[in-house]
Amino acid sequence: MASRDDIKFLSNPNIGKDKKKYCRFKKFGIRHIDYRDADFLLQFVNEQGKLLPRRITGNSLKYQKKVAIAIKRARHLAMMPYVADLLK
Amino acid sequence: MKKYKSIYLHPFLNRIITKDLMKQYEITFIIDPVLPGDEIKTAGKAYEKLLENEGCSLVHVDEMGLKQLAYPINKRNSGVYKAIEFQTESGSVISKLELALRRDERIMRFLTVKLDKYGIKYNDDKRNGKIGNKSRKSDGKSESEGEFQVKDDLTLIEGVGPKIANLLVVGGLKSYKSVAGASQEDIKAILSKGGSAYALHDPSTWTQQAKLAADGKWAELNALKEKLIGGVNASSEEE
Repeated sequence: MASRDDIKFLSNPNIGKDKKKYCRFKKFGIRHIDYRDADFLLQFVNEQGKLLPRRITGNSLKYQKKVAIAIKRARHLAMMPYVADLLK
Repeated sequence: MKKYKSIYLHPFLNRIITKDLMKQYEITFIIDPVLPGDEIKTAGKAYEKLLENEGCSLVHVDEMGLKQLAYPINKRNSGVYKAIEFQTESGSVISKLELALRRDERIMRFLTVKLDKYGIKYNDDKRNGKIGNKSRKSDGKSESEGEFQVKDDLTLIEGVGPKIANLLVVGGLKSYKSVAGASQEDIKAILSKGGSAYALHDPSTWTQQAKLAADGKWAELNALKEKLIGGVNASSEEE
């Protein structure tokens, strides 16, 4: 008898699982987003420095708007790039 | 005594009744890094004074120090950041302040933001070290302050212009002492990082000059500089 460890899955078994996304600001009670903390804001942009959509980050609408404002402020102060290549 | 039930008040009314008319603002600006060290300081101080003269109370002044810019502004790749947090009753000072900043050539960028109650709390907590990785934050701060204080005017070295001085500072050579201690290969490596145009410069006498400057031997440095043209020892070439 083959044990469960011997079974080879044809595809990644974790793919079908529904992992619920959540808004980290709501979950951890973050009320203010600092535009000077570029390292933190880097989580919400893609490699080209563009804002990531809510459907990927899982942010609630309220905090997605605040993230967007913070990133735009950081860009103005040259703490984050407007356009970039291979940012991450 | 009769106890009143707390009733809902509009935030605006609430502010009038509690006489909490102060608004808190935060202004961040970038000062041109190519200015001599003390002028950078006076440029920053001027706006603190302007705010105080207008009757604002300064909450906190954050010297963030020299930082790399994410993209070049006015052909500069780094800038000296400074943030002032202040309280004022009327917003009329903001337009005055921004006008002054816009007219000032030493200021590359600025941004004024009104802080809500969460922002005020966040900045308070951050100052008290309650937010973020403590060791990382405090380390970074002391380092940047150190950089800011020991910064010497590297352009005094013959052959080093404002742009090369900028490159050297970004490359880690922030004072005469560090330039004097660096090897020629190190300096050349920093220069070639800045582009092929800088790689042509000959830093052979820079360490010697920096050593004199670090020791405060200005007379000797000036005598040496007269012999040098473009940072290269002219007399030795003749031999």
